[in-house]
Amino acid sequence: MARIIFTDNLRRHIDCPEQEAAGTTVAEVLGNLFISQHKLKGYVLDDQDRLRKHMLISVDGELIQDRITLSDTVREDSDMYIMQALSGG
Amino acid sequence: MDVLALIATRKGLFTLYNDMNLSAPQFAGVPVSMVLAGEETDHWYAALNHGHFGAKLHRSADRGASWTEASTPTYPKTTDAGKGDSLELIWSMRYARPGNSVALWAGTIPGGLFYSDDAGDSWSMNEALWQHKLQHQWRGGGYDHAGIHSIDMPPDNPQHLRIAVSCAGVWQSKDSGASWCNTSEGMRAAFMPPDQQFDPNIQDPHRMVQCQSQPDKLWVQHHNGIFRSIDGGLSWQEIEDVSPSVFGFTVAVHPQDGDTAWFVPGIRDECRMPVNGEFVVTRTRDGGKTFETLSKGLPTGFSGDLVYRHGLDIDTSGERLIMGSTTGNLWISNNQGDSWQCLSNYLPPIYAVSFLK
Repeated sequence: MARIIFTDNLRRHIDCPEQEAAGTTVAEVLGNLFISQHKLKGYVLDDQDRLRKHMLISVDGELIQDRITLSDTVREDSDMYIMQALSGG
Repeated sequence: MDVLALIATRKGLFTLYNDMNLSAPQFAGVPVSMVLAGEETDHWYAALNHGHFGAKLHRSADRGASWTEASTPTYPKTTDAGKGDSLELIWSMRYARPGNSVALWAGTIPGGLFYSDDAGDSWSMNEALWQHKLQHQWRGGGYDHAGIHSIDMPPDNPQHLRIAVSCAGVWQSKDSGASWCNTSEGMRAAFMPPDQQFDPNIQDPHRMVQCQSQPDKLWVQHHNGIFRSIDGGLSWQEIEDVSPSVFGFTVAVHPQDGDTAWFVPGIRDECRMPVNGEFVVTRTRDGGKTFETLSKGLPTGFSGDLVYRHGLDIDTSGERLIMGSTTGNLWISNNQGDSWQCLSNYLPPIYAVSFLK
């Protein structure tokens, strides 16, 4: 399963320890992660399940390209970082 | 200590106590866009606007001593995810019924009105108003997208909703939101082409307030100036030639005397700061026929203070006003604005002030 690591700044507001989730795309991994952590979803994705405007996700060191449907590929041993973009101030 | 008012700022929520002391901020570092709290209500609410993580709503059951996260209004999913709307800001909140602190209205950017009957644990969007928004292509005022910043209803008739939208004018519903009509007749937007200046759907009321004891009397601080209604907001009369300016963002009305109202004037679009750097409050006691300029206790030198839409409030007695500015100054007046006492010069930019009511 992919390993998911959240920015410390998000941990200030909601419980989100490093954890693992299954899936072959970013959407699948996050979907599985948010099944049991529904409020966390709203901190990362907007009402249309797009990546929030000032958030970034990297998979194995590469920023994801598809911020709308989150179709970027995730491997079984991938590291996924969920971060803030500096554009958000 | 007894709470007098809540102060929503760019860097958290401050509590003002009756002894005029301010608390340390709750939600430190997080913008607080709106608060809703009452003297007799069991639940208080604070709307947050995390820059990165979206808008959130928190609720307190112990008069603001502690807060827990509730749910946020959510815009409906669309088939084209690239184009669908998403909550940007909770810009206004009202208790939906007297004596009930779990039934709520929330006005938002990008233009949706939401209702909750369970203290914010779940929300439903008002579909009838949303269809008007789509049909008339409401536009943003101060933000990229349209927003509902004012919600009111006559005290004896909570089914009769009155809202104001930047930019879509004033809308009313007499059936708890089942149907709506635009009631902006008389409003004028001088900045638009001549044939569109009276279009009700492009009007930009910055703030609308209703006299609680005389709910047919309402005031609007509009982008274009000051407007008054004496027929329940069905039609509006423009008040012109007010010194030093008719431009501003905020307005307060006396809770028992609908002819008495306060404004904080500024220079319009190009500057958005006090006229000649002189920060003053204006007051009318005769329905807008005449205005007084109030400055005792306010800055005597140059001031760049601006007071946002929700930065001025009046208590239930009609004697006491509180006012917070973009520069982090907080003032209170115990005599209807005749004189002001500065409570702090060093708060973060202030978005909203609210007495307990």
